Amino acid sequence: MGTPQCITHEHQVLIIGAGGAGLRAAIEAASTGVNVGVVCKSLLGKAHTVMAEGGMAASMGNVDDRDNWRVHFADTMRGGQYLNNWRMAEIHARQAGDRVRELEAWGAIFDRTRDGKILQRNFGGHKYPRLAHVGDRTGLEMIRTLQDHGIHQGIEFYMEFTVLEILMDGDRVAGAVGYDREKGRFHLWKAPAIVLATGGIGRAFKITSNSWEYTGDGHALAYRAGAELKDMEFVQFHPTGMVWPPSVRGILVTEGVRGEGGVLRNSQGRRFMFDDIPDLYKNQTASDPEEGWRYVIGDKDAQRPPELLTRDHVARCIVREIREGRGSPHGGVYLDIAWIKEKMRNSEAHIRKKLPSMYHQFKQLAGVDITKDAMEVGPTTHYAMGGVNVDGQTQMSTVKGLFACGEVAAGLHGANRLGGNSLSDLVVFGKLAGEHAVEWARAHPNPTIDNSQVQSICRAALEPLERSGGESPYEVQATLQDMMQDKVGIVRKESEMAEAIDGIASLRKKAACASVPGNIEYNPGWHTAVDLHNLLVVSEAVARCALDRKESRGAHFRDDYPAKDEAHASHNTIVYRGADGAMVVERREITAMPTELSDIIKEMG
Amino acid sequence: MSPQRGRAERTQDMGEQRQATFSVWRGDHQTGKFVDYKTTVSEGMVVLDAIHQIQAESASDLACRWNCKAGKCGSCSAEINGKPRLMCMTRLDVLDMTQPVTVEPMRSFPSIRDLVTDVSWNFKVKKRIKPFKPRKPDAEDGTWRMYQADVERVQEFRKCIECFLCQDVCHVLREHHKHDEFAGPRHFVYQAALEMHPLDVEERLGQVKGENAIGYCNITKCCTKVCPEHIAITDNAIIPLKERVNDEFYDPITKLFRMFRARPKADRKD
Repeated sequence: MGTPQCITHEHQVLIIGAGGAGLRAAIEAASTGVNVGVVCKSLLGKAHTVMAEGGMAASMGNVDDRDNWRVHFADTMRGGQYLNNWRMAEIHARQAGDRVRELEAWGAIFDRTRDGKILQRNFGGHKYPRLAHVGDRTGLEMIRTLQDHGIHQGIEFYMEFTVLEILMDGDRVAGAVGYDREKGRFHLWKAPAIVLATGGIGRAFKITSNSWEYTGDGHALAYRAGAELKDMEFVQFHPTGMVWPPSVRGILVTEGVRGEGGVLRNSQGRRFMFDDIPDLYKNQTASDPEEGWRYVIGDKDAQRPPELLTRDHVARCIVREIREGRGSPHGGVYLDIAWIKEKMRNSEAHIRKKLPSMYHQFKQLAGVDITKDAMEVGPTTHYAMGGVNVDGQTQMSTVKGLFACGEVAAGLHGANRLGGNSLSDLVVFGKLAGEHAVEWARAHPNPTIDNSQVQSICRAALEPLERSGGESPYEVQATLQDMMQDKVGIVRKESEMAEAIDGIASLRKKAACASVPGNIEYNPGWHTAVDLHNLLVVSEAVARCALDRKESRGAHFRDDYPAKDEAHASHNTIVYRGADGAMVVERREITAMPTELSDIIKEMG
Repeated sequence: MSPQRGRAERTQDMGEQRQATFSVWRGDHQTGKFVDYKTTVSEGMVVLDAIHQIQAESASDLACRWNCKAGKCGSCSAEINGKPRLMCMTRLDVLDMTQPVTVEPMRSFPSIRDLVTDVSWNFKVKKRIKPFKPRKPDAEDGTWRMYQADVERVQEFRKCIECFLCQDVCHVLREHHKHDEFAGPRHFVYQAALEMHPLDVEERLGQVKGENAIGYCNITKCCTKVCPEHIAITDNAIIPLKERVNDEFYDPITKLFRMFRARPKADRKD
């Protein structure tokens, strides 16, 4: 075999991923005058941020002036069952407001309050209306604002490029190797600092709201570079994905539907969310439907309806109804926003105004008019709370010069993420990662590239094209997705997870001999074969961490250990690649909070 | 890029199934032809599902772009039975399934491979448009006040998902290939959003008239018809921009006024 040619680029900061976090990191880094490159798998503006619907949490207090960063901090920690990195939760709560206002200064137009400020809406787990939003297309507003601002900052964008591996110079990063989709040429980026902003891992599961890009690339790149991953057992199953027709199964139905008054009912018409309210939220939840509605329309004395409990809990209640035979015909439950016509005269116009893309999505894809009829919904894999273990302040991973922000980083959300905390996460920690990556790059210039490392990465990537008669990567991927969905999904137990770990090992062998026809130019079969290696790493990490946490907490639910266990209340689960190449699982105690933060938690109950 | 939902072998709970033929463009920037693929289709399927199934079953190297599969990212633009549409939002039950369904790339852009086209021209055009420039903050804390009624028109434009179907269908680009002189409907929507943004103080009308040549548009409304976000591109973006250009450059009273105006508009606004 000849030596694959590599096109070489050089940057002081290289950012992998161009969603909200990657773009914000790039803008920050570029603002200091350093040379910044952004590599992204899709075209600019198509990253998964574009799909975020409900809004961006920030305690600006525009709608309810009782809100402030301390309440937001306490809500985030409670939602995460106190496994969060408290420093990140604090920074996030303190800085989110500035990041929202900054988007406005860059051209974003959020919906307005009557007095002309940014409007904020209710969302699950947030004590006060806190989500800055634009109807139900907030993510589009955010990514377009960052994109339109970012293209004027002197950043080099590599669109439709995929990174294969991070290059190391001893114990620090030296660059990355990847390929461009169009021509299949290899590229080498030399960079002393790299920011991972690659998003999540949803494609490890069959039913997911995530796009094809979400193959855990950043997680796996970091893992193979020697970094630690954390909290991988916590995968958020969003309670409301579409279930019918089959081709749309998993597509997200925004929590904003419930924020605007939507209720969940089973096949008997019962509002089952009132049947099980967790102790942590007893005094924050409405006692009857009437109080719930008063909350929705802004009565400050009312508590929120149980549909706005945290996502982990709502998803489990839905699964319970379905399992116990009270589900809808296509294996979901009913989400009804049309009922608000009993409460307001212009309800149809109101729903179309507040939830325009939900209206179109159901009308066009399912033939359901949500202003008139209930939607059928069920849980869908949505978000990875776990990810690269980073320093709360600098966002640097345990590998020198390697940073992570956004979904690929762990810490902010603990065992369960609150809706709306993701978009704010992207910009708060994107900015910090960009800032600290610059600092590192300036202090540690000119790493050395090992060319033999580059060559072996390129050669390995070409193997599926050079083999014939091997496994189809699509088949391997589909088998993995089915297995993860069935055995490491929303309800887990030891025997099944152990089977999954064995299954992953045998799929790894199949992936290693996958073959694809065609050539290197824009060949999706080849891309799938390459991405498979990343999917297998994250799947194994999820399964091993989930097996180790012998309790149910947040998004992690064990049939064999259905209760929370104090023994697991104060550690994170860490995985890293051991000296022999095998995955090592380790429990790590969470350091105690400083009193100024623990006092907030005590005070907020 | 892989097939995810609606794989043919999963027949349980799939509703009614039948065979269908898709005539898909296969080729690169030089040559190409339609190739027929048969696959099983079921209730509720969209064209993108069928393409994914074909990838999984018989053409793993069939190139197409897609991301969200929910009409929100604007990646999977194509021409289906000759009409510019998003593959993810085109249900098979709106098509005549007794005939082969033709799926081909957007024809106004250079082909890369199969259904994928080179849309980089759009990104270049956008970059040359003067960016957003806000007025000074309204409040001491550095924030602005805007009212819902004043932002609604701009919010319509900001729904744009950059699928470039409007660019694909615009005859100034499609028939007359004025890519070097004309920005196309997408970028008039973009410029309208900036011009009508309540906070923006930049002067852009010179660009709209000059290097972006809005005058080439003769209001055939083809762009509006194909917009998957139902943005009234012609009526709400292009015509008002044309009016502003007329007022600024051709209106005799404005012209007279300008003769006595000492400073250009951008400075004045500051």
